Amino acid sequence: MAINASTKDLVSGGLFVAAGSYFALEALNYDTGTPFRMGPGFMPLLLGGVLVLLGLAVAATGIGKPDKEEQLAPSWRAIVLILGAVAFFGATIRGLGFVPVVLITAFASAMASRLNAPLFSALLAVGLTVLCTLIFKIGLGIGVPLVGPWLGQ
Amino acid sequence: MDIIASLGLGFSVALDPINIFYCFIGVLLGTLVGVLPGIGPTATIAMLLPITFSLSPTAALIMLAGIYYGAQYGGSTTAILINLPGESSSAVTAIDGYQMARKGRAGAALATAALGSFFAGTVATLLLAFFAPPLARAALNFGAPEYFALIVLGLLVSIALAHGSLLKALGMIVLGLLLGMVGQDIYTGQPRFTFGVRELYSGLNFVSVAVGVFGVAEILRNLESEKGRDVMVKTVTGLWLSKADFRRIIAPVIRGTALGSLLGVLPGGGHILSSFASYSTEKRISKHPEEFGHGAIEGVAGPESANNAAAQTSFIPLLTLGIPAHPVMALMVGAFILQGITPGPNVINDQPALFWGIIASMWIGNVLLVLLNLPLIGLWVKMLSIPYRALFPAIVLFACIGCFSINQNVYDIYAIGFFGIVGYVLIRFGCEPAPLLLGFVLGPLLEEHLRRAMIISRGDPMIFLERPISATLLGLAVLAVVIAALPKFRKKRNEVFVEED
Repeated sequence: MAINASTKDLVSGGLFVAAGSYFALEALNYDTGTPFRMGPGFMPLLLGGVLVLLGLAVAATGIGKPDKEEQLAPSWRAIVLILGAVAFFGATIRGLGFVPVVLITAFASAMASRLNAPLFSALLAVGLTVLCTLIFKIGLGIGVPLVGPWLGQ
Repeated sequence: MDIIASLGLGFSVALDPINIFYCFIGVLLGTLVGVLPGIGPTATIAMLLPITFSLSPTAALIMLAGIYYGAQYGGSTTAILINLPGESSSAVTAIDGYQMARKGRAGAALATAALGSFFAGTVATLLLAFFAPPLARAALNFGAPEYFALIVLGLLVSIALAHGSLLKALGMIVLGLLLGMVGQDIYTGQPRFTFGVRELYSGLNFVSVAVGVFGVAEILRNLESEKGRDVMVKTVTGLWLSKADFRRIIAPVIRGTALGSLLGVLPGGGHILSSFASYSTEKRISKHPEEFGHGAIEGVAGPESANNAAAQTSFIPLLTLGIPAHPVMALMVGAFILQGITPGPNVINDQPALFWGIIASMWIGNVLLVLLNLPLIGLWVKMLSIPYRALFPAIVLFACIGCFSINQNVYDIYAIGFFGIVGYVLIRFGCEPAPLLLGFVLGPLLEEHLRRAMIISRGDPMIFLERPISATLLGLAVLAVVIAALPKFRKKRNEVFVEED
């Protein structure tokens, strides 16, 4: 590391500053009101400002104190596959219906683990699909068709 | 006496076969997720919340409560047998419990944990029954300024007791509060931070936020390093204690129960803190401190009693004030609201059967847990051989299906993914997710009470200091932060938590 500071503190401080500024700036579009009758923008503006200050303070405490322990590398495979599986579920649950979506979501998330071979993931996905269909569709009667309109049902 | 009649009512509700059944399901699931490392009660309750929608309010809440305290039991099994905390509060149990198991005393360690937890659970349930009604009565006089002060106190104390950086925890709370403001403004109906998406007008779904930061983020974290786990003890024998063991654990169990009951009421990681505090207490006052870390039975008895007692008494602020003490209780607030009940001081009068039924069910749940955990220990040991790589896809699925079934809103699903990655990034950079969820749940309440209080006072902020109760609560809140920031206290706090590292 070239910089003599805690990456953890700098990044989390930076994230707080970014989030705080977004909320505070966006809140300027709403009516702030007066302390007597606060408008919708009052609290977010105030809290957004506080968050920016906290973010700066967090970043400042990290200066001169580099992180001691090494972080594990993030598993990009897991991030892409699991977030992809969740997004896929949201995008297609109405169109494809329960069984196909659950099957594919389960398979994709199972593949997120480096230890899961495709065959194992596929078997796991089938098992989980049966289980979820029993619990959610038959047991709890979730209002999603087993096979959705995109598949001609 | 009043309380006997009330408890009688509670037991008549809790002993209803349907409620016993859901209590059993709850503690069974709780034990299961407690036993399995990588799945905690927070994520489980969040995932199962939607399912409970179709149950009666009493059955739903009894079951969810069972998951929470059941996980405290189950966590100790994993800690003792494979030296991994199945649940964060059993991290200290692993120190001496695992050493006992290595010396062939796994049975004694498990029995100690179960009996200690049972004793603690019984006492804490009684305390809950005694202290909740007067507190609820006092809370009925609370107006907007008092509630505002109470929420501020709860948020600030929760960070003073948690471990890790104070500033980051504060930041996470504020971020949570801001996220709680997404959606239509309560007074004017103005949509805020919705990007024009109509589905966000009713706010972010808090089940999505919870399963995102506690479920998906945890999975991403766990998949960074994958390794199998070894169950060293395949069969457990000698599941009973000798007379000498009994004598050794009585005092630690009682001290742990007292400590846990007290700390459980406080906001923040009550059950985690109490088990650490109990361990260091036992170590300090023991005549043989050198045994600690090498299989001291006191090191299992104290913390296990403490975390179970705390799990029970942490229901006090929720049931009497409607203020959650930590993320699991925040989810319970969600469960109440999903059932159309506003948690708070009115519950005890408006829904006495529900209120006392939950309390009585906790004792029944503790009985069920002893029965589940000791004779069936072999089953739980087998459960440990299920690899994590087969479990996490189920978590992803349950989270998505469960969330979708609440409102049939696909944005709730996207929110899971969004909060999963946000939570993961924040955890990686050293920010704990618990304060964020607390802030998120309390944000709308905080804003509502603040605005109402300012209207009452015609814009004069002095109202918070002029009213004695709110002034006291705010004073305590400031005090908590000041003490937590003192270098001496910080050192002490780190010492209490040091065993975890």
